[in-house]
Amino acid sequence: MFEATALNRKSYRNEALVKAGFLLMTIALVVPVLLVLGLLVIRGGPAISWEFLFTPPVNGMTAGGVLPALIGTVWLVVVALLASVPIGVAAALYLSEYAPDNFLTRTINLAIINLAGVPSIVHALFGVGAFVLFFRFGTSILAASLTLAIMTLPVVIVATRESLQAVPMAFREACWNMGATRWQTIRKVVLPNSISGILTGVILEVSRTAGETAPIMFTGAATFLPFLPQSVFDQTMAMSLHLYVISTQVPNVPDHLPFGVALVLISMVLIMNAVSIGFRVYLRGLKKW
Amino acid sequence: MDQRDRAWWTDRLVQALVFIGGISGIVFVVGIFVFVTKEGLGFVLNTLDIKEFFTSIAWRPTSSNPTYGALALIVGTASVTGLAMLVSVPLALGAAVYIGEFAKGKTREALKVLVELLAAIPSVVWGFIGLSIMSPLIIDLFDVPVGLNVLNAGVILGLMAAPIMTTIAEDALKAVPDGYREAAEALGATRWEVIWKVVIPAGKNGLVAAVLLGVGRGFGETMAVLMATGHSINIPTSPFDSVRALTATIAAELGDTSYGSDHYGSLFALGILLFTVTFIINLTADVVLRRTTRR
Repeated sequence: MFEATALNRKSYRNEALVKAGFLLMTIALVVPVLLVLGLLVIRGGPAISWEFLFTPPVNGMTAGGVLPALIGTVWLVVVALLASVPIGVAAALYLSEYAPDNFLTRTINLAIINLAGVPSIVHALFGVGAFVLFFRFGTSILAASLTLAIMTLPVVIVATRESLQAVPMAFREACWNMGATRWQTIRKVVLPNSISGILTGVILEVSRTAGETAPIMFTGAATFLPFLPQSVFDQTMAMSLHLYVISTQVPNVPDHLPFGVALVLISMVLIMNAVSIGFRVYLRGLKKW
Repeated sequence: MDQRDRAWWTDRLVQALVFIGGISGIVFVVGIFVFVTKEGLGFVLNTLDIKEFFTSIAWRPTSSNPTYGALALIVGTASVTGLAMLVSVPLALGAAVYIGEFAKGKTREALKVLVELLAAIPSVVWGFIGLSIMSPLIIDLFDVPVGLNVLNAGVILGLMAAPIMTTIAEDALKAVPDGYREAAEALGATRWEVIWKVVIPAGKNGLVAAVLLGVGRGFGETMAVLMATGHSINIPTSPFDSVRALTATIAAELGDTSYGSDHYGSLFALGILLFTVTFIINLTADVVLRRTTRR
């Protein structure tokens, strides 16, 4: 019969110790953040009401709600998506369906990694240099959204490419054997089988776009505007910048107000993320191959 | 029979369109470099004293006798990023090992989702947390006069960078073939021996890349360091000193400059520096990663 020797027992003990150690590190990573989020909910929660969401700020932003910032964020996100989703999906289609494994493709991949790694404030400088000045859009929703679109492009590309590559090669081969062109195969077979994965990426991009601050500071977002934007050439307020402004620039803001804004912003972002993740898990359950 | 019917032409057209989309990534990265350089180059060539830029701590772009010493800003960024890495690297790699190698089933899925959600918290919210929660906490705990300092920003940035590093590191561990683990287990190795002697050496490059990308992220972070460092020009001698970061300087000052002025140019010069350094970091991470996949 097998019996644990002293050496076995020692390694079991070590094993348990090591596992506990790693668990502790994971907890140390997750728990402080959860505590902080809890604190945001406790301190920001009382500020939130329908009135808070649907009235503009008053008294030099020391009272009132967040309506123009909320609407402004929606504008920025929608315009940014209109620009980045077509480009991002096209790029992902190229990389997944067309690109040969050559120098150009490697360069494209490297460029995408770099696009994601460039500091957000450098994206802002680019937005100022390119969209505000060179293309003469001025500080406007259009300039800010295009800056955001380029910054979040890698999110769409990576998510879309992943869901395209998850479609089995045999599906495409079956379609090509019927005499279909590449595009017919993509449109009738590849896209329908990956559209939900692409949507997941788009939702993820929405949440990234909504939370960004630095890229819109000088390209189109204003600290305070007494009116709502009417077109893409207007400036706008935005939730993220609003949080920065009332927590650092405006004197005598009652404590609950920035906590309320932070809570609304983070709820928007996290809910959208949770939807995206939930969607992904649900889809994985549906997969038949 | 001519094969060039409508479907053929559509196919060609789509292929061209998709190709344009494909190279857009390159176009945008080059565009960023060109436009940031275009706005900053005049200043760098005509006004900037490169030696002063890297050795002087006097960043006084608005004084009547302006000086553009970025040393304090570079040191500020480096100190905050360094502390952030001290906080996040052990936590992130530890969490990656736990999630990837120890956790099973539902726990594992739940932890992965949680880490992903943590990575999604916007930087301005992190900055606000530093400002309104961490700062009073630091003042209370350490009995120091100012709560906005290297410690505050470093911890905030560490918590921010850790989830992303965890995700990438976990991917790197996952990429190690199961055959390696099975072979080690068949030799009687315990779980920990498998991880320490087999999985980590095999996934080393991926782990290094994860850390590098974390450094890049910390280096380029803007809003959180703007709000949590205290934003005062200073060479820190302790974690309780306030500093100012490169990114934060651009964010705080660009709004007050007039187009084409030296001050405006100097901020774009900082941008060129930031772009170059993050480019090198990302390139290195990519080279390191590629070495794994090649093998």
